Amino acid sequence: MEMFATAAPALGEALALIFQPQQLMFLVAGVLLGLSIGVLPGLGGIAGLSLVLPFMFGMEPVSGLALMVGLIAVIPTSDTFSSVLLGIPGSSASQATVLDGFPLAKKGQAARALSAAFMSSLYGGLLGAVVLTCFIFVARPLILAFGLPEMLMITVLGLSMVAILAGRVPLKGVVAAGMGLMAGTIGAAGAGGSLRMSTYDIPYLVDGLQLVIVGLGIYAIPEIVSLLRQDKPIATSGQLGLGWVQGIKDWWENIWLSTRSAFIGVTVGIIPGLGGSVVDWIAYGFAVQSAKNRENFGQGDIRGVIAPESSNNAKEGGGLVPTLIFGIPGSGSMAVFLGGLALLGLSPGPHMVRQDLSTTYTIVWSLALANVIGAGLCIVLSKYIAKLTQIRFTLLAPYLFMIIAFAAFQSRQSIGDLVALIGIGLLGILLRRFDYSRPAFLIGFVLSGQAEGFANMANQIAASRFRRSWEAGFDYIFTPLSIGILVLTVLSIWVGIKQSKNIRENIETHTGAKRAPVIFLLFITAYIAVSVWDASTITRFGDKIFPLVVGSVTLAGCFALLIRMRFSPETDDAFIDLEAGGSEAAAPHGLWWTLSWFLGLLVMTFIFGLVIALCVFMLSFFRIRGGLGWAASTLYMAGGVGFILFLAGVLGRDFPPGLLQSYFDLPWPFT
Amino acid sequence: MSVTTKTLGLIVGAVTAITANISHAQDLAGETVEYVIPFSESGGSARWANFYAPLLSEALPGNPTVVVRYRPGAGSTEGANWFQEQTTDDGTLVFGTSGSTQFPYLLGDPRVRYEYADWQPVLASGTGGVVFLPPDLGAKFDGNFDDLKEEFFLYGSQGATTLDLVPLLAFQMLGLQVDPVFGIEGRGDGRLMFERGEANIDYQTSAAYIASVVPLVEQGLAVPAFTFGALDDAGLIVRDPTFPDLPSFKEVCEATAGCETEGTAWDAWKAFFISGFAAQKMVYLPGTASPEVVAMYEQAFRDIIARPDFAELSAAELGVYPQLTGDGGRSASDQATQVTDEAREFVLNWLKEAYGVTMQ
Repeated sequence: MEMFATAAPALGEALALIFQPQQLMFLVAGVLLGLSIGVLPGLGGIAGLSLVLPFMFGMEPVSGLALMVGLIAVIPTSDTFSSVLLGIPGSSASQATVLDGFPLAKKGQAARALSAAFMSSLYGGLLGAVVLTCFIFVARPLILAFGLPEMLMITVLGLSMVAILAGRVPLKGVVAAGMGLMAGTIGAAGAGGSLRMSTYDIPYLVDGLQLVIVGLGIYAIPEIVSLLRQDKPIATSGQLGLGWVQGIKDWWENIWLSTRSAFIGVTVGIIPGLGGSVVDWIAYGFAVQSAKNRENFGQGDIRGVIAPESSNNAKEGGGLVPTLIFGIPGSGSMAVFLGGLALLGLSPGPHMVRQDLSTTYTIVWSLALANVIGAGLCIVLSKYIAKLTQIRFTLLAPYLFMIIAFAAFQSRQSIGDLVALIGIGLLGILLRRFDYSRPAFLIGFVLSGQAEGFANMANQIAASRFRRSWEAGFDYIFTPLSIGILVLTVLSIWVGIKQSKNIRENIETHTGAKRAPVIFLLFITAYIAVSVWDASTITRFGDKIFPLVVGSVTLAGCFALLIRMRFSPETDDAFIDLEAGGSEAAAPHGLWWTLSWFLGLLVMTFIFGLVIALCVFMLSFFRIRGGLGWAASTLYMAGGVGFILFLAGVLGRDFPPGLLQSYFDLPWPFT
Repeated sequence: MSVTTKTLGLIVGAVTAITANISHAQDLAGETVEYVIPFSESGGSARWANFYAPLLSEALPGNPTVVVRYRPGAGSTEGANWFQEQTTDDGTLVFGTSGSTQFPYLLGDPRVRYEYADWQPVLASGTGGVVFLPPDLGAKFDGNFDDLKEEFFLYGSQGATTLDLVPLLAFQMLGLQVDPVFGIEGRGDGRLMFERGEANIDYQTSAAYIASVVPLVEQGLAVPAFTFGALDDAGLIVRDPTFPDLPSFKEVCEATAGCETEGTAWDAWKAFFISGFAAQKMVYLPGTASPEVVAMYEQAFRDIIARPDFAELSAAELGVYPQLTGDGGRSASDQATQVTDEAREFVLNWLKEAYGVTMQ
């Protein structure tokens, strides 16, 4: 009751503040800005917030808050567009949405998938706000209960989702996840700085691969290339129908699932240090595990859209708690948000709950309101934006590639970003072709750094406790919380292994000759073997143990798979090769020929810089591949390049320079 | 200011960015000044740069648009290497460094291809740091650490070659048995470890201490032990003006048995303290910038610091620490980027022996 007595007046005050016309205007401005940036794949909260940050200083706190919160709130809503329509994860929070959302779009049900997703987002966001309103009082002790062993266990729980997403051949899933984990260890080790699979001569690798680039490479490039080879629109069925009403009905039928997923989202978001990029996978995994009929997951089950979308909006609310109470950002965009708060003269800390409760509630409920406005706008728009799936894809692809290249370049502002994008894209294409689970790879990659860091730190602390006494050590590791999560993990793996065969990314499978799959696996094996050897040469124990152990397990998986291949007939699932039959083999354009267009863009960027390269690339692509006339090609090219120049100008960004720029000083945007 | 004017400002900024190519020395009207920092949008340097950028825009002649650009990578060495190659001489490019840029340079990190001596400093901002203990251990602290030498300390650290070098070396000099738990991602995570009881010694920079640790102290959940101190005009370490009631590390070291305030270890600690805290963040112009441009920037920063509302504006963001420009900035920059060979050797040996960290 005492809690209620404190909360009620603060809540009233907060609502009075939010519903003033000026604040509403700023909130809507933030929402619109967030929508326009979130729609572009690869650009999310960080890009949007950095856009408004320079204007924060000297703004009135509530207005500034409304602007920033409006922007943050709609990113996980609007990024759904590219996940569903194009098969490109709009941001790391909606990677799992691609799994079922994109197949739905291919079936011509994009509007249905989108409106279900937006309803879920809206609901998740609101539920998140309600939970936070009550929860913020007890958040502190609860967050403090999550020590390193507990966080490690949650990370392992996230990894256990690999079991259900492993695909037809569980061993392949293990290998894919192992590769993802190993890819995450590339660069300077977090603890001691030892180099792993990198050298100071290539400074780019020392920082490791960036999540944005890996996400785009693993999902976007294979999809773009695959669609491009067909030279057809994304939706093959032609008619879009009035699916958006159906989508809302779908959500209503699965409201319980949506509720559960939202709770998962708030809980994971609230724990600092975990970051939000796994929450969609966890929600998706639980949706599959708890479903009755699972046949359709991975091929367009609406529940596969509802679960991750409900969780990722709820997560944003959850992520605010550690940011506000502890001043510790739960994600990259929250870190920038913290910077913005400081510019407004607000300093996060425990006092945000005691003295500044009304400010805190302003933030929480602005978030909820922005969710309503954003999701409402998106639902209205979805009918129209879904038409994108009916455009001939060849005319869409160059724009997509342009935006992805620009987004990738934002992560480090180095030409290495583009090389990494294409390199990982190639890996993604091959993983897809030979039916290795790409979600498993991504989960491994996302959790690699956390798994290693938490394991090492928990181990160090536990060792110190054990030195004091056995009891102190066990008390530290085996808390009720960590045992509870452990039980959940075991359950999740058990259900996962039983059911993984039902989750299929590709319905039709074809097996061809043994040669291509074996060669690919040999390449993987060789890379892992080299990584293990490389790890074994590191002197600092803490920096070598993780890649050494994970690498050895992955290597064992590779060998087991090789042995299976040796003794199985060519029709075994281990030899799945999408090029061997079905739509891929029948595509009018070859895989390598299509990919070489992008390699050409990369090479030209190296020489002339991205802007000039884009002009040449788009013009020739529309002319040759698209079969358009010169006039139309020039017009389409000018539109695209003009747009990206405008975007870069507003965001204050540069483009990747090439060799040309190192000899001549050129004015922006050619620099 | 309304939304429309702000949007208009955005568009005007973008347009000027596109059209700006004619340079006028000493008047930056219509120009865009790039304020580059070698960090991402999320760190303390971003906050610092975004604090100064609008003020700089007002203070520079011609009121140019000042945009903060981020060039993160390889612990800030990538951005600094990039700046080393820049030859912009008209004042449209400034570069902000921090202790994380200074330390690799001082320690001879192989990634460093930049040379501070080539650049021209126009501003040096200082900060401080406070070390604190949990209440049970704080009770045993009475101005010296003599009663705490048997204790096993755990300390959440970002890495031995980061700013954490300063507290770690201080603990070592005090004779404490501190196990650093490496691999946390920011000082905030270290404080969280302390609050969870996993770590039992921690430090925070001044602004973070005031915002997040003072409430803990008031609730009896933490006890401050000492500050790293501050540098006076004579180059001596004195009490931190932001925390006049707390002893400086120098006082505590003098009071603790076995801790020396002269000799190689002390010189090394002091050199890295200055580089990491007393002159933590600095603004540089490229070596090619003309003396007029340097003078213009020094005047601009003088004007900013002299603003009647500066103390109030900066208190939350920067703390009550000297913001030096002109000769003061230059000498701070010299002190922050030069250490004696003995001090460097001492630290490198210590890093190798204590933590197995080498610079190869």
